[in-house]
Formats: sequence, structure tokens, C-alpha cells
Amino acid sequence: MITFAIGLSIVLLLVILFLLFRIGTLASIFRGSSKRAIGTSSTSNKVNGTLLLLFLILGGAAFAWSFADAWDTMILPLASVHGDWTDSLFWTTMIVIGIVFVITQILLFVYAYKYKHDDNKRAYYYSHNNKLEIVWTLIPAVVMALLVFAGWKTWSKITSAAPQNAEVVEIMGKQFNWLVRYPGADGKLGVARHTLIDATNDFGVDFSDRNSLDDIINPLQIHVPKGKPVLLKIRSRDVIHSVFLPHFRVKMDAVPGMPTKFWFVPTKTTAEMRSETGNPDFNYELACTEICGRGHFAMRYVLVVDEPEEYEAWIQSQVPFAEQNPDILAKFPTGTGNSLVAEKSAEEVK
Amino acid sequence: MSSTDISINKDVHHAHEEHDHHHDQNFFEKYIFSQDHKVIGKQFLFMGIFWAFIGGFLSILFRLQLGWPDATFTFLEPILGGWVANGKIDPEFYLAMVTMHGTIMVFFVLTAGLSGTFSNFLIPLQIGARDMASGFMNMLSFWFFFLASIVMFISLFLETGPAGGGWTIYPPLSALPQAIKGSAGGMTMWLVSMALFIVSQLLGGVNYITTVINLRTKGMSMTKLPLTIWAFFLTAILGLLSFPVLFSAALLLIFDRSFGTSFYLSDIYIGGEALAHTGGSPILFQHLFWFLGHPEVYIVILPTFGIVSEVIATNARKPIFGYRAMIGSLLGISLLSFVVWAHHMFVTGMNPFLGSVFMFLTLIIAVPSAVKVFNWLATLWRGNIRFTTAMLFAVAFVSLFISGGLTGIILGNSSLDIQLHDTYFVIAHFHLVMGAAAFFGMFTGVYHWFPKMFGRMLDEKLGAVHFWMTFVSVYLVFMPMHYLGIAGFPRRYYSWSTFEAFNVFADMNSFISIAAIMGFSAQFIFLFNFIYSIFRGRRASANPWHSNTLEWTTPPLPGHGNWPGEIPAVYRWPYDYSKPGSVEDYIPQTVPFSQTQSSNLPNERDQE
Repeated sequence: MITFAIGLSIVLLLVILFLLFRIGTLASIFRGSSKRAIGTSSTSNKVNGTLLLLFLILGGAAFAWSFADAWDTMILPLASVHGDWTDSLFWTTMIVIGIVFVITQILLFVYAYKYKHDDNKRAYYYSHNNKLEIVWTLIPAVVMALLVFAGWKTWSKITSAAPQNAEVVEIMGKQFNWLVRYPGADGKLGVARHTLIDATNDFGVDFSDRNSLDDIINPLQIHVPKGKPVLLKIRSRDVIHSVFLPHFRVKMDAVPGMPTKFWFVPTKTTAEMRSETGNPDFNYELACTEICGRGHFAMRYVLVVDEPEEYEAWIQSQVPFAEQNPDILAKFPTGTGNSLVAEKSAEEVK
Repeated sequence: MSSTDISINKDVHHAHEEHDHHHDQNFFEKYIFSQDHKVIGKQFLFMGIFWAFIGGFLSILFRLQLGWPDATFTFLEPILGGWVANGKIDPEFYLAMVTMHGTIMVFFVLTAGLSGTFSNFLIPLQIGARDMASGFMNMLSFWFFFLASIVMFISLFLETGPAGGGWTIYPPLSALPQAIKGSAGGMTMWLVSMALFIVSQLLGGVNYITTVINLRTKGMSMTKLPLTIWAFFLTAILGLLSFPVLFSAALLLIFDRSFGTSFYLSDIYIGGEALAHTGGSPILFQHLFWFLGHPEVYIVILPTFGIVSEVIATNARKPIFGYRAMIGSLLGISLLSFVVWAHHMFVTGMNPFLGSVFMFLTLIIAVPSAVKVFNWLATLWRGNIRFTTAMLFAVAFVSLFISGGLTGIILGNSSLDIQLHDTYFVIAHFHLVMGAAAFFGMFTGVYHWFPKMFGRMLDEKLGAVHFWMTFVSVYLVFMPMHYLGIAGFPRRYYSWSTFEAFNVFADMNSFISIAAIMGFSAQFIFLFNFIYSIFRGRRASANPWHSNTLEWTTPPLPGHGNWPGEIPAVYRWPYDYSKPGSVEDYIPQTVPFSQTQSSNLPNERDQE
């Protein structure tokens, strides 16, 4: 019954709208305004010209207000060294394009309003002006050159080789969670191959490789030390994923068959960030940003930034995977030559 | 050249013969399997509108999910059936909707619906030709598109759903049915449909290029062409050079999916087993895809550059400012569009040095784009602007193009792209600059050339209502998305509430969804206006906008062969509006200088 009533009222509404439309059409024929060339009647031009100007004023005000209003929510707290460079480059570029945005939009709508049709006026025949055109080609070219240069410098610094002393953390994407591995005391990740993956060994680590014996796998949270370079070695075992650490301005795809990497220096511990944001439950989060299937939106992992000494204590307290799962070693022949396996290694990321 | 001569000889017959010929055609020849470029153009337009409503409807469905993630949508069960369980939309179907929205809008609406409509309809009319170089190929072009549409449409109703790996269909996700349901039958149909679509584009493109080069009327030199034709011409070249690359990418993907090759697959463990594929590279696919994908966004936007330039000049009653600079910037953009594709891949693990090169090339594109905007502004300056609905859409196009284009300067910068890649900032950017702007360009074209297409006028009042509702909602939808993007919201997320960092802006997402629903509803006003006016609209005069270009010298509803008599010759460029010394404020291209001695410029005297 309610559906019927809703349907009926929609039909009635449509009928009323249609009648209004017909009345409007007939009225315009009666007034004779339909005889004029379209767009030359003073009412429609005045209405549309004024609305365009109003759109500029109200739209501009609404944009400014909403931008200011959203500011506190949209600014993500920053916690890495290179994030500072990219953030400041971002806001510099925003100011540059903001100036262009304001000038061009104002000119567009003001011209539209100011030069709306008038029977007594005639447009100014002005087909080109080479000097003017050269000027407004060169200005954007110069501005672009400066922005490219700034971007290129930042980009080269960010993508340069990681320092030797960087803490290595391996992250592997899979549908639909992240796997994490630390190299352990020897500082070397053992060889891993997708053919070795099974229910317990979901990294596919080759435990005949001695480097793998002390590898720490899948801790509850990722821990990294503050103030030290952290090198993420990124892999995927099924489809493409993407490692996104929004607070550190870090993003890099996880590609099956092609290891990638990204290094950064965290600047604030989780505890510091908790007091800074006033949120006692604050956590750094790792998200996936490359469409990877049903659970794409839920690939969350928590990353904790510790003071260096806390980090050391934490890493000492972790039990290597091989020790936790002694059964797994039985599957691998002992004493296989490391060198042979290492040649096939998928770890090597320069 | 011989083929050109033949077609000219064939076409130059007298009016009454033309008339007889007309009656010989039966219904099917005239309206279904027609070889008349005008009918084919309209067929593309109808298909484009059909797909636009499907694509738009999908976006409303997933905006419901994003706007109200905790709501139950039991009322969607009659439409979506099993994809809604207990009022919750299936996350894989959500991805499928996102994928199909992108595919439909980019390829079926803004490529086929836009280029297909206006290149077909306007090229012969504006260059002074009886028809396309090959009417038969032109017909095939539409029917291949029709086949592609059928295949894609059927895929929407598969039990495993349509393709769901994003419109960019990156493998391995798109290659492995174990990874997502949409990569089963849906993906196969996607690939088949796109292969047919590419054939359609190539048949059309070859025709457009040949026609523009060979069939221009007497006096129509390349520098007397309206900017629309320049834009369509360059668009066709871009399509001809880049679509075959997508075809090859799709072909290799078909091999990987069905024949066990490893072009894109390597070292994969999925569904409890390690796959035998080895040595392939998913990045290879991305290079091939974006080698089409980036020119593709210019295939979408270039025609609207032409349409908007033409409509702004006509309705500002002024010559387009810097005609040659406009052609130059079109050429520059076309050329550069081929060497910027990897800016979509800054964070894929591609060599960072390549990132620097592509950042440099990408930011250069801003220069010709800026020149175009400045020239449009200069064209409006001291004009005598008639706000027809087409003109309103054209002015709004410039506004949207500025708003969306400027953020491209940020995203093209590789170091800024690290944070913003695949966030809502990207969504906001490209929806403004190539989604909304291209749609506005398309509306500009429809409102402007409707009288020539159907011999009747669209209702201007309904047009204005349609325009204002659409314009306001477009900004209300896409401006706030920048904020989401700066806050880091990743795209293609079914819900953000799993993350503390993204568990904000819930109200803003509802707001965006409401604005999107408003914008979509406004399109029904257009649909009504469009259908009603085809049958009941005011009858149009031959030249209702007082425009200079050749199509307005044809009768209100041009028949087969376009001009009843001889094809008119052209004497001047198309932008002699408000020329000092002339009585009317426009001088059509067919008026020789000898008839306009009072308004000729010094350099035009010798052509009298």
C-alpha cells in the first residue's frame, strides 16, 4: 500500500512538472520570446549571467569554508623525514596552483557575467596577439620547470639506495593480509620461494638456508626504531598489492615475481604520536592501495615505532620461526649448500 | 587519389536524383544498417546515452555503499539479487561495479559515444563532404561497437559477475579466476568485448583521418578548418596509434589466462597451490596498458576541446583567440600524450630514473593545456555572450577543466604521487578533468548540434535546469573528494571503517553520495528533453545559432548527401564573428571576400 502511495505521488509529481513545462513553453510562444535568436533574450541572459557570478561567489565561499573546516581532519600527522620534504613540496605546489585557480576562475565567471549579451553592443574582433601568447606560454613553462626541478631533487633523494645500517623488514602481500619477516640476529633474510609455501610456512622460507634459521616471522605488530633508516623489502605471493603507510608518506607496490623496496626514517614513536594527537589509542597503520580482490579494504597491519633501545629489547624477545616450529626443519634436508640456493634468491634488491 | 575522384563523381548529382535515391531505401537501410554518417552518428549517440545511464546508475549503487556503509540495502535485492545478502552488497560485486563504471564511462560513453557521435556527424558536414570516405566501414564501425556493447552488457548478468579487477585490469588479479570471481567468465567477456571495441575504433579512426585529408571541399585548407575538425582528426590519429597496443596487451592476457603462457605471471602461490607460471612481469602489462591508457584520456578530452572552442567562439560572437596557437597546442598535447604514460606507474617499482623522465614530460603537458585555457578566457573577454544551454556547458567545461587540470600538476610530480597515488585525490582529479569536463563537452555538443541532427530545438529552459543541477552537483561531489585524498583514503575500498586513520569523514561521504544522486537525477531531465524534443521540439531554422561553419548552410534536416545542390566552396576561416564593417555579426565560411569589401582586413584585400 505504501509502495503504491509512493509510486502514485511520484507519478503525480512528474505530471505536475510536465504541465509546468508545457505552460512555460506556451507562455514563451505567447510572449513572442521564442522568435528571437536563442540566447539574446535579456531575461535568460541576465538570469544565467547572474547565476554564474553567484556560483563563483557562493561556490568560492563554500570551498574556502569547507577546506578550512576539513583541515584538522584531513591533515594526517607526519612521522617520517622524507614526508617533511614531500609535504612542503605539496603545499608549495598547492599554493602555486591555488593562485592560478583563483585568478582563472574569477576571470572566467566575471567575463561571463560582464560580457553577457546586449542588443546594443558588439563583440570586439580580436583574433590573436602573438606577444601575449608567447608571454602566457613562457610563464607556465618557467613555473613548471621550477616544480619539476624541486620534484626531481626530492624524488632522487627518496629513491636513493638505502643506507647500509638500515633495519630490514620484509613485507609480503597476500590475499588478504600482510606477512612480515625480520632477518634476525645475523641480519640476513633466508631464501624464500613460492613453491615452498604451505599452511605453516606461508612465506615459503627455505629452511635449508642457514640464514633463515633465525628469521622472525609474522610478529603481532611491525616494530621499527625511531630515527634509524628502515628498509622495507616488499614482495607479493599472489596478485599485486601496495604497501601504504599514510603517516610516513610511504607507498610502494608489492608485485609477484618482482621484489620492490622503499626506505624511510621514522621520526616519532607511537607513544609520542599518542600524546601529540591526544588520542591514547593512536596506531600507525599499514593499508593496501592496489585493488587485490574481496578483502582489499581490510588488509590492515599495525606498525609500532619504538625508541631504539625499546626496539632492541623487542627484537631480542622475539622467537625465531624455526625455533617456534621445530617440526618444519624436518622437511628440509640439512647441509644443502647455501650458495646454490642463493643464486635463485628472489631477495636481492639493490 | 582515384578513389577520391570516384566518390566525388558519384556524389555530385542533382537534387531530384538525390531525392529519388532517398525513397529507394527501406527502413533497415535508412535507420538500421545505414551508411549515412549522420545516422551512424546518431546511433553512436543513442548507444552512448544508454551506456551513460548504466554507468551512472552503477556509480549511484556504489555511492550508496560508500555513503552509508552501515545501512542495509534490502531494497536493492530485486535489482541485484544474490549480490545483496542480508542487505549487504557483496564486496566483490562492489569491485565489479567500480570496474564496470570505469570501463563503460571511459570507453563506451566518452570514447565511442563522444568521438563516435561528433566525428561522424560533424566531419563531413563541416569540411563539406557528402559522406565519410567509406560509408560501409563507417557502418561496420558502429556495428562492431554494438557487438562489443552486447557482450559487455551480457557480462553484467553472469553468475560470477562482470570483470572486477578495476578498469585497468592489472594482472595477475585479472588473469586468475582464483583471485576474484570477476576474473572468470566476466573477464573473458570483457576482453572479447574490448577486442571488438578496438576493431570498431580502428575502422572509425581510419575513416575520420581519410575523410579529413581527402574530402575537404574547394577552398577548405587545413588552416580554414574549424577547431572541432582539428580535434577529431588528432583524436583519430591518437586512437589509431594507441588502440592496437591495448589489443596486444589484451591478447597476451588472453594467452596467459587460457593457454598457460607467462607474459604477465611469475612466482604465484594462490588457492593453496604454486602456479607453474614463471618469468613474466605484471609491470609489462601496465606499460602496455598505459601506452594506450594515457593517450586514451586525451582521446576523451581532445574532441571536447574542439567542441568547446567552436561553441565559445560562436556564442561569444568573437573569433577564437589564437586560432593557430589552439591548433599548435592540440598538436603539442597529442604528441606529448604518447610519452607520459608511466606517470601512472611511479610507485609500481619501476626504475626511479624513469620516474624522473616521465615527471618531466608530464609536467610539460601543462603548458599547452594552460595556453588553451588562457585562449578561451581571451575569447570570452569583450564578447557579446549568448547564454544558450550549449554555451553554459562550455563555460562550465572551462571551469571544470581548470579545477581538475591543476591538480594534475601535483599528481604528475613523482615525489608527491607517492602519498597521493591511488587515493581519492586521484579520483577527484580525473573525474573533474576527463570525466565531468568531457561529459560537459559532450552536453555542449548535443545541445549545440541537436537542431542539425533532428531538425528541432531542445528546450532551453529545461536545458538550463539540467545544466545548473548538473554543474552544482559535479562540484559538490568532486571537490570534497580532494579532502578525502589528502587524508589518504585509498580508492576501490568497500568501506574505510576497518582503519582508524580512515574512520573519519563519514558525513562527508554521505554528503558526496547525496550530491551524486542529485546529479544523476538531473540527467533524467535531459533524457526527457532529448526524447521529447526529437518528436515535439520547436522546429529549427537552418542556422539557429548564427554560426559560420559549413553544416549550418545545409537544410534544417539535411538528407542523404547533406547539400541538396552543389557542395558549397569555402573562402574564409570559420571565426569571422563581429568583424568590424560587416552588417551582421557573423560571416559564414561560404561568403567570398568580394561580397564583404566593407569588412575585409588589409591582408584580405588581395583575395577580393
